[in-house]
Amino acid sequence: MAFDIRNPGLATTVQDQGRTGHYNVGIPQSGSLDQYSAELGNALVGNTANEAVLECTYLGPVLSTDQDALIAVTGAPVEVKVNGEARPQWTRLQLKAGDELSFGVIQGGTRYYIAVRGGIDVPSVLGSRSTYSLGAIGGFHGRKLEAGDQVPVGSPLDGGAVPDADTVPEEFRPAFSKEQTVRIVLGLYDHRLTDEGLDNLLNGEWKVTPVADRMGLRYSGPGVQWKEREQPFGAGSDPSNIVDAGYAVGSIQIPGGTQPIILHRDAVSGGGYAMVGTVISADMDLVARAAPGTSTRFVAISLDEALVARKELAELKRNARAAIGAGG
Amino acid sequence: MSSPEPAVLEARYTWGGDEFLFVEVAESMSLAANFRVMSIAAKLSAMQLPGIVDVCPANASLLVRFDPDVLPPSTLEETVRTIEGDLAHHHDHSLETRIVEVPVWYEDPFTAEVAERFREGFHQEPGGTDIDYAAKVNNLKDAAEFIQRHHEQPWLVSMVGFVAGLPFLFQLVEREKQLEVPKYLSPRTDTPKLTVGHGGCFGCIYSVRGAGGYQMFGVAAAPIFDPAQSLADFKDFMVFFKPGDIVKFKPVTEAEYNTIQSEISAGTFRYRQVPVTFDLSRALANPAGYNQELMEALNGV
Repeated sequence: MAFDIRNPGLATTVQDQGRTGHYNVGIPQSGSLDQYSAELGNALVGNTANEAVLECTYLGPVLSTDQDALIAVTGAPVEVKVNGEARPQWTRLQLKAGDELSFGVIQGGTRYYIAVRGGIDVPSVLGSRSTYSLGAIGGFHGRKLEAGDQVPVGSPLDGGAVPDADTVPEEFRPAFSKEQTVRIVLGLYDHRLTDEGLDNLLNGEWKVTPVADRMGLRYSGPGVQWKEREQPFGAGSDPSNIVDAGYAVGSIQIPGGTQPIILHRDAVSGGGYAMVGTVISADMDLVARAAPGTSTRFVAISLDEALVARKELAELKRNARAAIGAGG
Repeated sequence: MSSPEPAVLEARYTWGGDEFLFVEVAESMSLAANFRVMSIAAKLSAMQLPGIVDVCPANASLLVRFDPDVLPPSTLEETVRTIEGDLAHHHDHSLETRIVEVPVWYEDPFTAEVAERFREGFHQEPGGTDIDYAAKVNNLKDAAEFIQRHHEQPWLVSMVGFVAGLPFLFQLVEREKQLEVPKYLSPRTDTPKLTVGHGGCFGCIYSVRGAGGYQMFGVAAAPIFDPAQSLADFKDFMVFFKPGDIVKFKPVTEAEYNTIQSEISAGTFRYRQVPVTFDLSRALANPAGYNQELMEALNGV
């Protein structure tokens, strides 16, 4: 069984929960940027959480299926159309062989997900089906989809039952707001900021610029100031430079002190810019949903509070799955 | 907030959110700092602690990704601090590694073409070449002398990353002999695959085509990242370099470069390489003499 890609959309890629264990040689984790939405899509069609889905960016694909298929579209709000007729999002849909799936204009956020029962069945590379475009590995031939691609869909695993409910209740659908509060843990090189610089970071209003993709999101705002110092050997001449080091996923770097960049799942694994804090794991999906122009405030919390937030997100996922009658 | 400086040990421990521990062994780059990073990383990896996701040694720091649901942050920090403490008390600073000969076509047409597209507003001296600029800022006579300095002494892979399989290289010479070249004023959006580059005190080989800010001196003749794993040197893994590898650049002519391309197409290319034991104290005591010994190991291959 396969999806026939008639129009690929802007940047449609195969993603799953990602690829860890090879960050030490520069291979990023990749995976669906909005893991929560992708996981609930999989849950609706009776897949395990790690089945591969199609991640659509702003403009979705036009595709048809060569066999009957059970799908669900989750994530950013968008009009879902089957043979031109509107269908609900966050809801399991039955496609018949030959049906065409297409999308209207995105109404907020950045990315939505097409989950299909059986999962997108591309070969697993280093333990994941996720696309890493720069390294041309994983996904569909290591790249975003193109017109004419025949994207294979797998057979459902034994025992993976389709859940009772066919829709995710409203209360478990994330907001795609133009205003966000993002929780961070200060650290790494935050001691290199002046007091005023730190104050700007935490009390300023920051807006997502159009320079935002799977690698990272760049924000404009008041800027920050770095303490002057004699730069250590090998660090480079700007006060925001450090001897090239590993980058935490979610870490915030501010090259030159002007525009903070939050690194996301396809980011480079290291480099020479000082990081001043890191978005907590529980808020990485939130950042993934931020469209250009989103007004953002960064709130510093402790590591212990970050661990509590992490547990709360896990519980929210459990409750959402329970609400539709999905296992796990 | 960042952890305070420990009283006795040098490294600084700080958190990258709830999934990353960052250990800064030193603010400055040095062979000794890199060696400590690699030693800590090797010991931590060997423990195979449940909950450790990635152990990433870098030039002068270490990044550890962990799953806090399995491994509490405090336990991880305690473990790494213990390793750091143990290492401070013993002095066997040797590393089982290999020396690899990497053929390079210096002043090649591929990097020259890209460099021409990124001059005004990107480069310090838009009228000249990257390598002329590098020679000038290092007070060397000309490009030829810079190239000589670049390949006559070996380099240590001090970190692998940025993008898949890209080695950062630190030349095994005294600090005053390190080649230092500022990065481009503004990063390029394009760099040819296998560009041999330099930024600050670090050399690198770009494993894939893409953005980059390092000065460009030439192209390596053979792949260092091979997702298809078609060549024998990639049989076990798609990434060629590991931290701790020692690299000896070898200048090649256009004709030699083309011969290597034919070998790659035929699937017969192999890197010249040989296992060596790298001894930090000897490297620090007499770099040139010790490097000679390391490079001679390649003669028998």
